[in-house]
Amino acid sequence: MALATYLALAHRSEQTLADSFRVVGAGHAQHPDVLFTCRALAEFSDDHVRRLTPLVQRYGERRHDGDVEEPERLHADGLAEVRQGPVGLLRDLQDLHVLGTLVQTTWTVLLQAAQGLRDRELLEVARQAGGETSRQLSWLNTRMKAAAPQALILGS
Amino acid sequence: MVDRIADIWGSRTPHERGTVWPARVDEYLEDGVAPGEVERWVQSACLLCSNGCGCDIAVKDGRMVGVRGRAGDVVNHGRLGPKGLYGSTPWARSSERLTRPLIRRDGRLVESDWETAMGRIVEVSRRLLADKGPLSHGFYTSGQLFLEEYYTLAVIGKAGLGTPHMDGNTRLCTATAAAALKESFGADGQPGSYTDIEHCDAIFLYGHNMPETQTVLWARILDRTRAGDPPVIVCVDPRRTAVAQEAERTGGVHLAPRVGTNLALMNGLTRELFVNGWVDQRWVAAHTVGVDELRATVEPYPPEEVARICGVDPADVRRAARIFGASDRVLSTVLQGFYQSHQATASAVAVHNLHLLRGLVGKVGSGVLQMNGQPTAQNNRECGADGDLPGFRNWDNEAHVRELAGLWNVDPLVIPHWAPPTHAMQIMSYAEEGSIGLLWISATNPAVSMPESARIRRILGGEQCFVVVQDLFRTETAELADVVLPAAGWGEKTGTFTNVNRTVHLSEQAVDPPGEARSDLDIFLAYASAMDFRDADGEPLIAWRTAEEAFDAWREATRGRPVDYTGLSYARLRGPTGIPWPVNDEAPEGTDRLYGDATFPTATDHCETYGHDLLTGAEVTEQEHRALRPAGRAFLKGAAWTPPHEPLSDDFPLLYTTGRTAYQFHTRTKTGRARSLRDAAPDAWVELSAADAAELGIGEGDLVRVESPRGAIEVRARIGHIMPGAVFAPFHYGSGDVGDGPGRQANELTMTVWDPVSKQPYFKTAACRVTKVGDGDGPAPAPTTTASAPVAAGLPATVGGAPTTSRRVPTPAYPNDPATGGR
Repeated sequence: MALATYLALAHRSEQTLADSFRVVGAGHAQHPDVLFTCRALAEFSDDHVRRLTPLVQRYGERRHDGDVEEPERLHADGLAEVRQGPVGLLRDLQDLHVLGTLVQTTWTVLLQAAQGLRDRELLEVARQAGGETSRQLSWLNTRMKAAAPQALILGS
Repeated sequence: MVDRIADIWGSRTPHERGTVWPARVDEYLEDGVAPGEVERWVQSACLLCSNGCGCDIAVKDGRMVGVRGRAGDVVNHGRLGPKGLYGSTPWARSSERLTRPLIRRDGRLVESDWETAMGRIVEVSRRLLADKGPLSHGFYTSGQLFLEEYYTLAVIGKAGLGTPHMDGNTRLCTATAAAALKESFGADGQPGSYTDIEHCDAIFLYGHNMPETQTVLWARILDRTRAGDPPVIVCVDPRRTAVAQEAERTGGVHLAPRVGTNLALMNGLTRELFVNGWVDQRWVAAHTVGVDELRATVEPYPPEEVARICGVDPADVRRAARIFGASDRVLSTVLQGFYQSHQATASAVAVHNLHLLRGLVGKVGSGVLQMNGQPTAQNNRECGADGDLPGFRNWDNEAHVRELAGLWNVDPLVIPHWAPPTHAMQIMSYAEEGSIGLLWISATNPAVSMPESARIRRILGGEQCFVVVQDLFRTETAELADVVLPAAGWGEKTGTFTNVNRTVHLSEQAVDPPGEARSDLDIFLAYASAMDFRDADGEPLIAWRTAEEAFDAWREATRGRPVDYTGLSYARLRGPTGIPWPVNDEAPEGTDRLYGDATFPTATDHCETYGHDLLTGAEVTEQEHRALRPAGRAFLKGAAWTPPHEPLSDDFPLLYTTGRTAYQFHTRTKTGRARSLRDAAPDAWVELSAADAAELGIGEGDLVRVESPRGAIEVRARIGHIMPGAVFAPFHYGSGDVGDGPGRQANELTMTVWDPVSKQPYFKTAACRVTKVGDGDGPAPAPTTTASAPVAAGLPATVGGAPTTSRRVPTPAYPNDPATGGR
């Protein structure tokens, strides 16, 4: 089943998102709300990774498959380091948002598959994780909206 | 004659449940002034805490010489507290008053004149506008200006300049109250009333040391708890305050959760309501949204888990929940122990949840009082000189912004509304990076009161930002400014302000300000005039010239909004009592309590906010809000507890928390200049538990060094009734007058971190260590009459206040008082 490929994508992209939230938080620690919120949001993704484990064991987790490797090509690299200054913060938050969108659509796809499979466990995980990914994206959106005018007009 | 230092709350006037709180008139005249010598009594209200007691100012020879409570005022029924009695007037004649503008020349502040000082401000302002645009301007105000001044400044900032960077120190004191009210009920506005005290069966005080922060309100409670049929008191506080002692006396509970664990306790209490069937299912179904999510959120918090997280007895959690669940009428009050602590908004919202689950809102005796720290904080929230739009309008609602644009006759695009107005800590960050190039600070002292003092001093003292300070005195903040403007204070100008209880008071000018000092309103108007702000038709943006004209303009801005002033005028406010809003055609005498019909201002087109994710602060969108169809129903919202931001470590093993004492207000600008108050609490101290002190080898009065990762203070130790593991420091004492070396300023140690929703800084969750520096030569300079009382017996008691009078008078009829059939 190509499902395994998507489970692998969820697994890896959630891990990447968690790591990236931590990098951005620590790198912009002079903004305490960014530091602490990124930490809390990284824990959301940690939890999703944990909850994926039994599902991965059940369905397997394929990184590559001759027929279905499109999702792997979409896999985004995480943020290894942060940019400087107000515009840098904005760009880093935007990168997190891009990563988060990949995670969110992955959960959407998995939720659809779970319904087809009548897999209650996967349904529950995909629903909850997808909901929490939305909360991650909402915060990123809120923070970017507040920061954008000052950064783009007065930032250097 | 009463010494109100020794006797903080004055004599008792106990009375039965459901009867009117008796009147008692408290009065203080300065040394040598006999009652017959007072030439005039001028109507006002007290400005030395958020209670808003009606008072008259005594005037003799053109000077303010004392105060007297107004017997007919619904707020205080004639009483005044020690701060109001002793502290209201002496500062005005201090030789340290600012009487001329100062400008910085060659690194020093030198005396100047208004033309030069304002000219310099306008020059910088114009240059920044031309080079960088309006986002280069920031304003940081107070909780102690008057309504007319906040509204005028809001119009200057939002319609004249068009900058979103405007906030008040209300961010440090009441932002969470406002945020929590908005999350639950859709808009700011105190649901309950002080009159609920006379009718309730139980009173819960959450992180609220009312006996010291609002002494007159506590006297009102004591007059019920000392009667034959007292309400039960429940206290949530890490210190053994007078509230905690009253909880023991009345058969209630004192819960002392570890600092940083309030939300876990609240989740536990909420869960008890669900599992014991204390939820009014029908009311909840009809009047709230979100009960299923809330039940799921609090499910992981049974009493034993709460006990593990909070360090409290699980039986006490059950007892407190039972008192809440089984009492017919419950009053809750909340203050800084929740607002300035970890997960502030979620914890304050949890108090609403408890009331909503039982349907105990909008009913006599059942209310919530989300308190304020300052006397005019409410007006900053109403008028939009803080992180709000005027009239409780929603920045995210285009129709609301168009209303304001119509009112001011400007293009809606001028009014910044792409995000909420910038909060104070973010304004400081922009000033730090220099993108705010002009920061104008009025009537507040952030160099002492903001967290992480060393950073704030660096920001204000740096070259990257031009700083204007407008104040009564040359404060620690003024010393860092580029221009200092001398302001007139209370009694030296006319204006209105609104207390916690929504009660609006008029404060008339009693005397002339000293030297060239001007009212804050006149200063703002002078700036607006010099900048020549115009509306869409080329007319002056601000047409008013007097406080009364400003009030009338504000009244129009409240039409159709929850904060409805349309029935108020200066003439109406010259009566015997302040009047609580809404005041309009339907409620010409004002409104004692909100939401009597269980209809809340949550409709999507009407509400002040669409709400937030309480854990992250992410904004709920208009579409999401509309999909919930709140339509007048209140929101039940919860969040999981998370550990505080700074964990304890071997290096910093103790929890550090800050707070107030009964005898001082803020950074002591006024109370430090009144002899009775100064002598009662002359210097800073820290409180340690007996167990911690013994382990550290520290005795009463020893000099100790208290350090956090950010800074240190050296002050004397009081061995007191604080919970083991925690250290308390009063935040009133600046380091300005102690010279070099380790200071005594509590905020040297606090963290720069804030609540995700209210953006209120957390002053109460840092980690610290304490070491002994030297032996003491007597007890710590801490009062013995308050929560700072020593463990040791035999220390000299805090006494010695100047004589005051206190006399019973016939109790007048109070408008709206439910004990006499009012609404």
